[in-house]
Amino acid sequence: MSGQEFREISPSEFFYRHREIVGFTNPARATYTSIREFVENSLDAAEAIGVPPDIHVTLMRDEGFEFEVYRLRVEDNGSGIPGEYIPYAFGRILYGSKHTLKQMRGIFGLGGKMAILYGQITTNRPVHIVSSTGGRDVYEYRLLIDVEKNSPIIVEERIHRNGNPKWRGTVVEVFLEGDYQRSSSKIIEYFKETAMANPYAELSFIDPYGVLHLFRRSTTKLPPASREVKPHPHGVDVETLRRIINSTDCKTLKELLVKSFHRVGETIADRFLKTYSLDPYRDPASLTPGEIVDLAYALKNFEEFLPPDPSCLSPLGEELLLEGVRKELNPEFAVAIQRKPSAYSGYPFIVEVALAYGGGTPQTGRITLYRFANKIPLLYDESSDVSWKVVNQVIDWRHYKIDPTRDPVAVIVHICSTRIPYRTLGKEFIADRPEIEAEITRAVRIVARRLADYLSHKRRVEKAREYFSVYERYLRKIACFSSMLTGMDEPDIDKLLRRVKRWKGMEEAL
Amino acid sequence: MEGYGRSSMKERRREVLASLEKLGYDVYRTIESGEFPYVSMPSRSTRNILYDPKLRQYVLGGQTVKRTARNIRHLRPLTQLIWVATIAHQLCSQGKTSTLRDVFYMAQAFEVDFVDQYESDDIITDLETVVGLPREDFNIYPEERSSIFGDLTIEYTVPGYEGRRINLLSHPDGFVIGPTLSTAEFVECGAERVIVIEKGAMFTRLVEEKAYEKFKAILIHTAGQPPRASRKLIRRLNRELDLPVYIFVDGDPWGMHIAMVIISGSANAAHITDLTTPDARWAGVYASDITRYKLPSDPLTEIDVKRLYELKNDPRYRSGIWSKEIDVFLQHRRKAEQEAFSRYGLSYIVDVYLKERMEELG
Ligand SMILES: Nc1ncnc2c1ncn2[C@@H]1O[C@H](COP(=O)(O)OP(=O)(O)OP(=O)(O)O)[C@@H](O)[C@H]1O
Ligand SMILES: [Mg+2]
Repeated sequence: MSGQEFREISPSEFFYRHREIVGFTNPARATYTSIREFVENSLDAAEAIGVPPDIHVTLMRDEGFEFEVYRLRVEDNGSGIPGEYIPYAFGRILYGSKHTLKQMRGIFGLGGKMAILYGQITTNRPVHIVSSTGGRDVYEYRLLIDVEKNSPIIVEERIHRNGNPKWRGTVVEVFLEGDYQRSSSKIIEYFKETAMANPYAELSFIDPYGVLHLFRRSTTKLPPASREVKPHPHGVDVETLRRIINSTDCKTLKELLVKSFHRVGETIADRFLKTYSLDPYRDPASLTPGEIVDLAYALKNFEEFLPPDPSCLSPLGEELLLEGVRKELNPEFAVAIQRKPSAYSGYPFIVEVALAYGGGTPQTGRITLYRFANKIPLLYDESSDVSWKVVNQVIDWRHYKIDPTRDPVAVIVHICSTRIPYRTLGKEFIADRPEIEAEITRAVRIVARRLADYLSHKRRVEKAREYFSVYERYLRKIACFSSMLTGMDEPDIDKLLRRVKRWKGMEEAL
Repeated sequence: MEGYGRSSMKERRREVLASLEKLGYDVYRTIESGEFPYVSMPSRSTRNILYDPKLRQYVLGGQTVKRTARNIRHLRPLTQLIWVATIAHQLCSQGKTSTLRDVFYMAQAFEVDFVDQYESDDIITDLETVVGLPREDFNIYPEERSSIFGDLTIEYTVPGYEGRRINLLSHPDGFVIGPTLSTAEFVECGAERVIVIEKGAMFTRLVEEKAYEKFKAILIHTAGQPPRASRKLIRRLNRELDLPVYIFVDGDPWGMHIAMVIISGSANAAHITDLTTPDARWAGVYASDITRYKLPSDPLTEIDVKRLYELKNDPRYRSGIWSKEIDVFLQHRRKAEQEAFSRYGLSYIVDVYLKERMEELG
């Protein structure tokens, strides 16, 4: 073959070339995605140390360019980053602290850097980071990313003494080519929905017009923190298995199974090895590549492994979800339920669904859907999402006497998992895994039933009230006319009205 | 003999006010004792409208209906009924009158709105049924007016006109039979009979042809189906002054029925008994007159024929001239208007036809 050149490209270069797949398609979308990536890092950083997040975002027009450039600044009260990690955390793609089996918003070690990279290629300005873990020092960096080498270029590095009281948190500031006019509604929506799924977070956003959008926390209660877990045998692929074997100290297969995998005990390990005629005392290091493939296959298919333990998940819980929905939608009626944990291919997940009706619930001519994954709002490609399918195609709302075209109903779906089955790296919509679809469907049915009960009670009450008011109105008139006819004082109708109130069905409803 | 004598008029008014007040007291006391107010009245459903051969008119049977405030569906009509009673009481005690339409509009100020005038008319009919008095006694009249002309002197009884007299020959267009005329007293009468005419043009013709002189007649124009005030007046002329009454209408089922209603009432006023003139006579145009006088005629329409069959089912049409003429109509299938006589010249109707007819009827 001639004329063809073989060359490896770095991850930075790869994502630089394909930045649209992570949400940097155009200046408007990039403005939204940048804000989102930094805010999510900040939320993770605060939750990781168990403090209610305080996040302040400023987006300002910078006039020093010939095109539309904004300065984006995000400040949080999170964990902060140890000084020595800052250059890599912000300057090397796929470098991150979240490649674990623990539920966090960040996954790929990509998001923040993509925003930084986008800013760098559109404005040629370094990212500015100030961070402290609350210790003696505060670190300040100005960084550029070397795209070809996928490594940070430190433009400026300074260490300051922390003040008293000690400040802890991170400030990230980037310049980027943006378009606020076209992205403002999505950005505001993003904050509103983030506030809904994180009612314990205080969010403020000062937009380029200088307008402050403030989303106050309504509780300081955090959802239970998630624990990190070992991989579940059902979720293990050949590559992961190979890495586990390479890095283990275990001397036998059985020991490897029990120590390196989630929810595998001695008994189950024995049964598994017996089923597949494997020698429990075999040294894992002696497995041939072919045998590793077979083992991975066996692990995936052995049905007696216990399902994954959801302690690695951090769902909101019914109380917090309800709190968030009430806070942001101010509905007349709201209900939230959490389904019991379930799993798909070895990844545990929990579905939480809330429903809001009336009051401030938007009336859009169809059911308004709010989708969340690991507490992140999903704002794009709604109709490709599994929740959309459930709400618009699977559920027959007539069954609950709800008219989606007329009734102001919002459904809020939150999926949390150590691995959300996103269809793309842009974290915008969720593939329809049958296990997840089934859980969402069950949950939506339950909340729809609750709304139906509420509405039928409400209708009964309204009817009783109306019924009563008809008596009240006409009896009053009759009393008045009888007094006009006779010239006597108006007779007292209270006794009669009390009788009406005691009638069947009236007493409980009124 | 009943009448609207000077003293009887006042007494009548006291009676009306008393029966309205009684309704009020009943309601008042029921409410005070912690019970739901109600009114009972004879049912006006078709099943309860019976023909009374002795009275020679339709009357209501023994079925009664109860409108009670206990039933949510009765609340509105009951309230409206009591309201109408209140209005009637006001009108009577202040000596004012109002039309059915006025009542419909007045309701809005009291927030007892009627859907349409049919509904308010119906509630007024209810009140008539409850207290057993016609709405004219409550000073409520329909819009349409008929008129009267003839040698009769009357004396008004309405406030502001009491004692004033007038002779009904003094205005050739006739006098409107409104509330004041309806409540006037008869003082002096030079006429010997009453001729009731369906159509205005024919009424004018008879005045011009001096029928009132030739027959010594009081002429009354009904303008179609006569309003109750004129039916009542006809009855009084017949009862109080002993005048025979002749009814001259179009030669078709509709004209025939106008005559019948004057004579023996209508089914929808079955709850009211002193509107009829059982001794009045139908004087034509008969179906048989069409051939007898060779009158210009039109074919019966389908609706005419259907109406004729309906009348055939009415017990009052089952005998005498009524059943005979219905058969002639159905046989020849033709009808003629009162004006058809004009083919023989303007005076033929008075000098020939009515003269002959009056002699025949005696
Ligand atoms: N505000 C912050 N406070 C503390 N640590 C942070 C902050 N922002 C980023 N980090 C650290 O930097 C790492 C890289 O962040 P980045 O957004 O690039 O990837 P990620 O969040 O791990 O994954 P994802 O691509 O899904 O966003 C994070 O894993 C985290 O350890
Ligand atoms: Mg991130």
